[in-house]
Amino acid sequence: MQYQSQKVAMPYFIAAIGLFTGQILFGLIMGLQYVMGDFLFPAIPFNVARMVHTNLLIVWLLFGFMGAAYYMIPEETESELFSPKLAWLMFWIFLVAGALTIVGYLLVPYAGLAKMTFNDLWPTMGREFLEQPLPTKLGIVVVALAFLFNISMTILKGRKTSIALVLLMGLWGLAVFFLFSFYNPSNLVLDKYFWWWTVHLWVEGVWELILGSLLAFVLIKVTGVDREIIEKWLYIIVAMTLITGIIGTGHHYYWIGTPEYWQWFGSVFSALEPIPFFMMTVFAFTMVNRRRREHPNKAATLWALGTGVMSFLGAGVWGFLHTLAPVNFYTHGTQITAAHGHMAFYGAYVMVVLTIISYAMPVMRGRAANSEKAQVMEMWSFWLMTVAIVFITLFLTAAGILQVWLQRVSDTPMGFMAAQDQVTLFYWLREISGVIFLIGLITYIASFFVGGETKEAA
Amino acid sequence: MSQAFTKSMARNIFFGGSAFFFLLLVALTFDTMQVLPKRDHRENITPAVERGKMVWEKNDCIGCHTLLGEGAYFAPELGNVYKRRGGEFVKAWIKSQPTKVPGRRQMPQFNLTDQELDDMVAFLKWTGEINTSKWPPNIEG
Repeated sequence: MQYQSQKVAMPYFIAAIGLFTGQILFGLIMGLQYVMGDFLFPAIPFNVARMVHTNLLIVWLLFGFMGAAYYMIPEETESELFSPKLAWLMFWIFLVAGALTIVGYLLVPYAGLAKMTFNDLWPTMGREFLEQPLPTKLGIVVVALAFLFNISMTILKGRKTSIALVLLMGLWGLAVFFLFSFYNPSNLVLDKYFWWWTVHLWVEGVWELILGSLLAFVLIKVTGVDREIIEKWLYIIVAMTLITGIIGTGHHYYWIGTPEYWQWFGSVFSALEPIPFFMMTVFAFTMVNRRRREHPNKAATLWALGTGVMSFLGAGVWGFLHTLAPVNFYTHGTQITAAHGHMAFYGAYVMVVLTIISYAMPVMRGRAANSEKAQVMEMWSFWLMTVAIVFITLFLTAAGILQVWLQRVSDTPMGFMAAQDQVTLFYWLREISGVIFLIGLITYIASFFVGGETKEAA
Repeated sequence: MSQAFTKSMARNIFFGGSAFFFLLLVALTFDTMQVLPKRDHRENITPAVERGKMVWEKNDCIGCHTLLGEGAYFAPELGNVYKRRGGEFVKAWIKSQPTKVPGRRQMPQFNLTDQELDDMVAFLKWTGEINTSKWPPNIEG
């Protein structure tokens, strides 16, 4: 570790992995509720489990992004972090606010939680992914601003690299587009239209800038390829991301009351959205092939390559599968969407956070890489989780195709619940894959506790 | 990538491309806002519809159901439920939950007042009248 203040990333990464575990446990509960409808009812109704599952995902990825920034920025700028104390303070505020929110979801009926947290004064709750009570939303803004202040000040006083710049733009974009979560008009169409300015412009926009810069950073470290080449790739990838992704927002504007020209804009631009993801795959493999050093951390390299491949499959291919308007007319709001969501989030954001953790954690623990034994275990967890998510996606896709056929294409369409009963087998298979995923995650956590011989950090 | 293509060219494409397409999104949004009143029939958003949306949000209905195809995929689409089932059925259904049929997916009892039930139905009725370009494909949603 070149700079002492980088170490503040460690609690962020540990919290991220802890919340990730919670997310998976609630995912398994929901998966079981798909086939055993009354499981844990009424203690944990499906909607509560889903809120916990998706909100934990968002929060742990944010912990991962912030930890990554705290680790990367001192090294990129060649200067200590502006204020490690502020970073520690924000860590605790974010963790406590996050934990209180989750406890609130689980212990208080949602309507009661809305009342307790003054939702009537400024209603923002009860919209998918933005279910957080008003105080939590405000807390997110405060933490994000303090974090951005800290990062921006560090960059201002130090070396300004392209990786740092792209990361900073991604993080500022994240904060700015979150502000749309405070806009909740009573007209549902307007509500939905601008809801996507947070949701889509995050995951298919500014988050990809963060993704690209994290990947570029790790690739420089593990391959030793010239920074000029890596940063040129980074710029081209994020350029293609925003050129296709911004108007690609239109693929959400087909059936929510918006004008029909969005079917053309959305279809054409989102059909191009796989391009930056494909470039990301080519980028990762090309850089590793042209490596100028043999970095002892093989696990981190594997995660980096995996991010390229899985983000292309999950976000690129599975996104394209249902993004054209004539196809989406039938698939909109079915298990096809769920299939895409699972592989895209895992392949792009989960994997890139695990990539940076895999690279940075050993360094923060005073070694260039973990022992051979620990790395083998980490690579096992890579394959278990990745193969499990592939199967979850395949089974949900199968369920989705059947659902679309039975409920929407057939001449004698079935009702929703009748169609669901027909695809139970695939929900069971999905749940089994989910258990494999959990085993992979436990293996991953265990790999941190495996000792063995390690080399001192350079 | 070839040597002739430099990092600063790549950076310019990034800044120029992003700025251009973001401005295009803003322009298209501006146009959409002009067209929307004819498609969302906002003149029919009564206070009951507004309150109904609040009831919808305060009980996190989107956590199980889809509304115009967005939400969770655990329970039926409700954007067209007013057309599919009618208002009285919707109210009776909400009041009679949970079904407690063993093994079947369960909907919680939300203890809505009669006023809240009426507001919810008003909201769902208005939602069903939005011009959604003929989506969903059939009445089953």
